[in-house]
Parts: sequence; C-alpha cells; structure tokens
Amino acid sequence: MKILVCISNVPDTTTKIKIAEGNATIDTTGIQWVINPWDELSLTRALELRDDQSTGVKSVTVAHSGPATSEPTIRKALAIGADDAIRINAESSDAYFVAAQLAEAIKKEQFDIIMCGIESSDFNGSVVGGMVAEFLGIPSVSAVSAINFEGGNPVITRDIDGGKEIINIPVPFVAIVQKGIAKEPRIAAMRGIMLARTKPIKIVEPVAIEPLTQIVSFEKPSPRSACKFVDAANPGQLIDLLRNEAKVI
Amino acid sequence: MSVLVYTENWDGKFKKLSFELVSYASAVAKMLNTSVTALSIGNVGDDELKKLGNYGAQKILNAHNDQLAMLDNQAYTNVIAEIAGKENASVVIISNNNTGKALAPRLSVRLKAGVGSGVSKLPLSADPFTVYKRAFSGNAFAHVVIKSGVKILTLAQNSFDLVETPNNAVLEKADVKVDASLVKTNVKDVKKQTGKILLTDADIVVSGGRGMKSPDNWGPLVELADALGAATACSRPVSDEGWRTHEEHTGQTGKIIAPNLYIAVGISGATQHLAGVSSSKYIVAINTDKDAPIFEAAQYGIVGDAMKILPQLVTAVKEIKK
Repeated sequence: MKILVCISNVPDTTTKIKIAEGNATIDTTGIQWVINPWDELSLTRALELRDDQSTGVKSVTVAHSGPATSEPTIRKALAIGADDAIRINAESSDAYFVAAQLAEAIKKEQFDIIMCGIESSDFNGSVVGGMVAEFLGIPSVSAVSAINFEGGNPVITRDIDGGKEIINIPVPFVAIVQKGIAKEPRIAAMRGIMLARTKPIKIVEPVAIEPLTQIVSFEKPSPRSACKFVDAANPGQLIDLLRNEAKVI
Repeated sequence: MSVLVYTENWDGKFKKLSFELVSYASAVAKMLNTSVTALSIGNVGDDELKKLGNYGAQKILNAHNDQLAMLDNQAYTNVIAEIAGKENASVVIISNNNTGKALAPRLSVRLKAGVGSGVSKLPLSADPFTVYKRAFSGNAFAHVVIKSGVKILTLAQNSFDLVETPNNAVLEKADVKVDASLVKTNVKDVKKQTGKILLTDADIVVSGGRGMKSPDNWGPLVELADALGAATACSRPVSDEGWRTHEEHTGQTGKIIAPNLYIAVGISGATQHLAGVSSSKYIVAINTDKDAPIFEAAQYGIVGDAMKILPQLVTAVKEIKK
C-alpha cells in the first residue's frame, strides 16, 4: 500500500500579514515558509502508518504544486521522513488549477490513500482535496480525524456535526484530514535532514488549465473598538454590560 | 436561471444554519434578479420542508432515496449536480461546515464552477462576480472574482442574519436515481454527542486556555456555560495537553467559529487562536496579564484571577435569568 500526502507551502502561522502596495498581493518580505499545518499532521500520521509494519503501508510520497523556490518545504517533508517527492513546476493560480495539476501527476502513479489537509492557512479554501478526488473519479472522505488499519484495510473516523462516524471505504480514496489525525507534528532529526538531501524529488511539468477564480485585492480586517475594562472586584458589572449594552445574553 | 441552495437536515429537522443559507441565497437571488430553489436530501416531512419558504425559497425540492441515507460524497455530488443542471442554477450555495467542505469541491470540478469558500457577506458585485472571503486565517480578507459561468459559494456559519419573507413556496419531489454501486462509503458506527450544545451552532461560547492552570479547574467554566446556555471550547495547548478533547479546540487549526459572544478565559490570544474566533460579534477576555494580546481583540475585559471571577459571573447570570 502506498500513501501520497499533498503539501502546501504557507507563511509560518505566526506571521503578521502585510499587504503589498496596490493591495493586489501580500508582501512576502521576511516571511518564513512552512508546510501547511494540516498537511504536516497528515504527513505525520502517514509516516506512523508506514512505520507500523502491521498496516502494510510501504511508502509515503509527498506532492506539491509550486515553483523551485518551494523546494526547502519539500526537503523538510523528506527530512521528517517521506520517502520521495513530486513537484509540479507551476506557479499556483487558484485551487482548481492546483488540484488539476496534482490529479494529473497522481494519475501517472499508483497510490492507495491520498491525504490532503482540510484547509490551507493561506487562502483557507478547503477545496483542493475534494477537487483532486473528483478529478480522479475516486471516493473522498472529509473531516477525517483518524485513520487506522484493521486486517490490512483502512478504517476512517470522520467528524460530522455533533459526532463521529467510523467508515470503511475501498482504496484508492482521498482522505481530507483535520485536527486530531496525529497528536503533534513529527520534527526532523539531524539524520533525517542529512538523508533528505539525497532523496529523489521528481519534477513534473504542468498541464494547461484555466483557473476559475482570481484574487483581485486584499484588505486588512477592520480594527475592533478598544476594550472596556470591568473591575475584577465587581465582575457582575460585566454581565450587566453584556445584557444591556451589547445585548448578547 | 436560478440560485440553488443545498439545505442539510439532521434527523429530518433543519437547523438555524439551514435557514441562514436560504436567507443568504434569497439575497443573492435578489442581486441577480432570479429565484431560489432549495434542495433537501433525505427523509424530511412536508411541514419541515415548507419552513424553507419562510426565508425566501420559491421552490423546494426533496430528494429521498435509501441510497442517500448516509453521506457519500460522490452520490451526493451526483444528485446536487443533476438538480443544478435541471434548475439551470447560476449560483449554488452550500454551508461551509463539514458536509459543505466535502461536497463543494467535488461539485466545483463536476460543474466547472469556481468556489468562493467561507464567504461571510453578500457578493461585492454581480458582474464581475466578486466575493469577499477570509484569507491568511482571518489576518486579511480577499476580493475574489469567480470567472466561471456557474459559481459555488460556501457560507460561513453564523455570518448571515435570518430574513423572513412571506411564504409562497412550491413543494416538489425530486426524482433522482442513485447508482448503488457508486456508493462506496460504508458507515460502520456512529457516535453522536447528545445533550450538548454544538460548538459550531452556539450563539455563546465559553472557552478556557492554559491560564486555567489545571483540567480540574474547569468546573466553574462549565457552570458559566450552562448558565448562559453556551457551548464550551478551549485553546490549542489545552487540547494538546489532553485537558479537553480536540473537538473543543478553537483556533486556526481547530474549529473556526463566529458566535455572538465568545468568552475567553485564561487565553492569552495568540494569532493562531484569534484566527479561529475573530469573527465573533463580541469577545470578552478574562486574564491575569493586562498586556495579553487577547485584550486587543476583546470589547470587554477583566484583569484578574479566573477562579475568583467565574463563580461570581455564574451568580450574576443566574440572577438575571431568574
């Protein structure tokens, strides 16, 4: 069994986002780029499954659609433990474009489980995983918070509003993964970083796809009004304000 | 032309979320001078279906088929895509909840329709069709032009007010065929939360962070939530430590919520936490550190010890609820 983890290259989650002159793009000066947090958790779980021999998972590949400048992020995934990588050599334009590129690259190989984070922390679209599945014409399970194996077959937990469902689904499928899938992201060890230098990254040229959406401008969130402080000696006043001023309770 | 809205039901009942979706669809339809068709999949009674008309649905379609008893993304996509075609839908509206996130991207590829995901207000313009959505986890907002003929919008929960209209809806059965061999999702077991207000549905949320100091200190926080009819939540360190379950984690990588009132207790307000709660209408912060960044996001604050303050808040709430 082979697992593919799709990874996105995003600004470190503590970044203060600055909008560039003209509002059309983000100012990327000084930004640290990292593996999208949900993708990093997916990768961690994929590696745990590979390292557990009872699952029958033989290898973990990572795939990324992006220019050569995103290679450090791919190397990081390899340093954490992925066996090899695929990079589609394209500037990303929208989610539809990225998903189409990933699907084209995946078609050429055989993967049993394709894992995608449920969201990327940059454009917050929550769509790439489902689009990849539809392009490939294979099942998808969304909001996956656990993947385990029973008798060589994957057993998936998906979150639904107000509960969880335990699901069997035949491979190949796309698992769209959220928080809970792994306890915390695996960190690269020195040996992994050394090994990553020689692991293969296959470069694939993109196919022609017309994006469906285009970001025309960015704006900052409107600032909130200043905080009104209530004396700790009289917390009841807070309830009074929430009742009579904000009118929310 | 029409606006198609997919309205999810829970055991045959709609929730506020469903009515929000129809209200939103109705406002979008007004912008485009067209009408709203609401689609419901599953076993929902006529009286319940008719309620969608109170929020502006002119036509209500019910697709009921045993093969659709459980959510299978491919089977549901087929049904919604087929109806979107028959209704000549130019805009398809779905929730941005777990179900919507599962279906919208598949529909996008099927219909070759661009997605505006997690929108929280009406499109900024109809031509070019431009939507306003969060980006960089709430640290910015983007204006996105959807260039395709058909557009899909997923609506953020609690972001659009209900708007009632006179009900003149027509109810119809949608005749859908589902190829059983296509249904691959086999649900073995369902574990439902019962008797608890769902975090994503809640109007009020009381949330605890590491400043609560110990999982044993949650008693008064839960008591305040109960008194307010609120859901409970927590910050990431708290769920990582296992003090509370990961379902309660609100923040960038956890749940993104937009209640009317969010009470953050012992939460410092890291960027990643605020990314999950910044759309709340009011934020209240209780923290011992007067310089904690949570106070910059809050409209009301108390600097002090939560263990002393929470019980007094419980008493005050009980007093006004009498």
